[in-house]
Amino acid sequence: MNAVGTRLDAGVAQYPALTGGDHSRPRRRDDRRVGWLFLLPVIVGFLVFYAYPTVRGIWYSLTDYSLLNDPSYVGADNYRQLIDDEQFWNALKVTAYYVVLNIVSQTALALGLAALMHRLTRSVVLRAALLVPWLVPNVTIGLLWAWLLDPDLGFVNRMLGSVGLDTTLSFNSPLWAMPLVALVNSWAYTGYTALLLYAGMLQVPQHLYDSAAIDGAGELRMFRSITLPLLRPVLALVLVVSLIGSFQIFDTVAVVYGGKAPIPETRVIYYYIYQQAFTYFHMGYAAAVAMVLVVVLGLLTVVQMRMLRASRSDLS
Amino acid sequence: MFSRTSIGRGVAWAALAIALALTIFPFYWMIRTALTPAADLFSGSTALWPQNPTLINFSRVLGLVGPEEARAAGGSGAHINFLRYTVNSLVYSGSIAVVQTFCCAMAGYAFARLRFPGRDLAFGVIIAALMVPPIFTLLPNFVLAKQLGLLNTIPGLVLPSLLMTPFAVFFLRQFFLSIPREVEEAAMLEGVGPWGMFWRIVLPMSRGPLITIGLTTIVWSWKDYLWPLLVGKGEDTRVLTVGLGVFLQQSPNRAPDWTGLMAGSVLSVVPVLLLLIFLGKRLVESLNFSGLK
Repeated sequence: MNAVGTRLDAGVAQYPALTGGDHSRPRRRDDRRVGWLFLLPVIVGFLVFYAYPTVRGIWYSLTDYSLLNDPSYVGADNYRQLIDDEQFWNALKVTAYYVVLNIVSQTALALGLAALMHRLTRSVVLRAALLVPWLVPNVTIGLLWAWLLDPDLGFVNRMLGSVGLDTTLSFNSPLWAMPLVALVNSWAYTGYTALLLYAGMLQVPQHLYDSAAIDGAGELRMFRSITLPLLRPVLALVLVVSLIGSFQIFDTVAVVYGGKAPIPETRVIYYYIYQQAFTYFHMGYAAAVAMVLVVVLGLLTVVQMRMLRASRSDLS
Repeated sequence: MFSRTSIGRGVAWAALAIALALTIFPFYWMIRTALTPAADLFSGSTALWPQNPTLINFSRVLGLVGPEEARAAGGSGAHINFLRYTVNSLVYSGSIAVVQTFCCAMAGYAFARLRFPGRDLAFGVIIAALMVPPIFTLLPNFVLAKQLGLLNTIPGLVLPSLLMTPFAVFFLRQFFLSIPREVEEAAMLEGVGPWGMFWRIVLPMSRGPLITIGLTTIVWSWKDYLWPLLVGKGEDTRVLTVGLGVFLQQSPNRAPDWTGLMAGSVLSVVPVLLLLIFLGKRLVESLNFSGLK
């Protein structure tokens, strides 16, 4: 859309009178009042539910606050405590492990799926079917897979047993739990990601494939030399958005353990914050942990901006 | 496409078919389990169709049979107030999608087209909020809702996301920037003011992105769990995801009531399937649209 916008703006720029900047005085005075009126609902929503809570969150992270009595200022105590908190470091480690597993499997599968769709069919029904897991709440998905992966009765372990494998895939197995959570979430979001990538592939001009075919290029070669390079901007966007999204995994972990605390191998950072705040009522400490997440995601967002800027120059 | 090698084409179709099967089969197994009598689960049959199909799991999950009979069929006697929770979910995600899309469109238009002092600063500040993860504002927002007495009320549920999200403002502004100015200039000569311009010209021209952002918002808020769990725990404000979670926790500890849980899961997917049946094409197209960004 950026590319389109730029092109249109350039077209209009031939007519200086039409581009903004030299409007007559009365219109400019009018906009001043109207502009802020247009912004009013969003500004109210922003101040009350984003800006104010952010300031309060930073303040809570410097206090001892149990929700029941008033917060009392303790300086950097919460942050000092973080440094020695093994569970916190474990949560960060587990989350990073999850993010890597999830991003790699989800993106690779989605890329393959999108390429297949792109070269084989435009079927809307197929695309709608692949979208089903994305539409279903994570709570339902967690529940469904907790059942499919039930150690005794679940379909997956029954099938493994019937072909003579005695491995049990279960959310309670320290070894398998996190890979399984990552796979389940990849299952839920691969179709959605594939459709975004597929939409990007539709932008690749067909004549490139036609002339490559005349030159005798095979499908794999076309994918590597045409689809992949031209898809880079979309791929970068999808990657970074799902990277930041997957740091925030919570629902699946909360549900697959039936409402009980997850095993340490899957206690992700979001769950740890939730537990500190609403199970132990350490609101101040939870806010401090959340601050660390803000910093991590802030750094990732900076990287995101860099990549997006790079990808925009790819387009032109 | 693939005309050269029909073998390669066959393999590609097979891969696509496997992907589709892997996507759909778990849902089939969910329905299959929901139709199985609880006692039959232990026979461990993996036959595609249950031997003694029954609807008892659905009726006990919906509370249509007495607690005695429900316990006899393998449940805990707990049930899901399905209609109530679905209405709550619809109110929650519907109101957020409509109001938020409209307010963010207004702001996006002001940021894209109106000129006034402080505009770019305000935009920058709102976009910076994209960096703050929801859980960070969730803790103080929960305290705020508690202090205002909004716990277990519909306003408490919807207010934090009702008016805006930074992403929707950003997304719609990007689109409005791409609308040719000639259109507006012509209308301005006719004496149309900023509001008329927004309402009668810009909004009708922007059906695609508005539907994209509206549908995406409705899907994400339909799936919401953590905020409704904290603020809408009471029976009257419980949404479907929270209701399912509560039902799960009431399931017997040693051997969970899988047939009942799957019946509840099937019920929770029904509204989603209806959405897909009626809006499938639109939904798919709107994803295509967001891919253009």
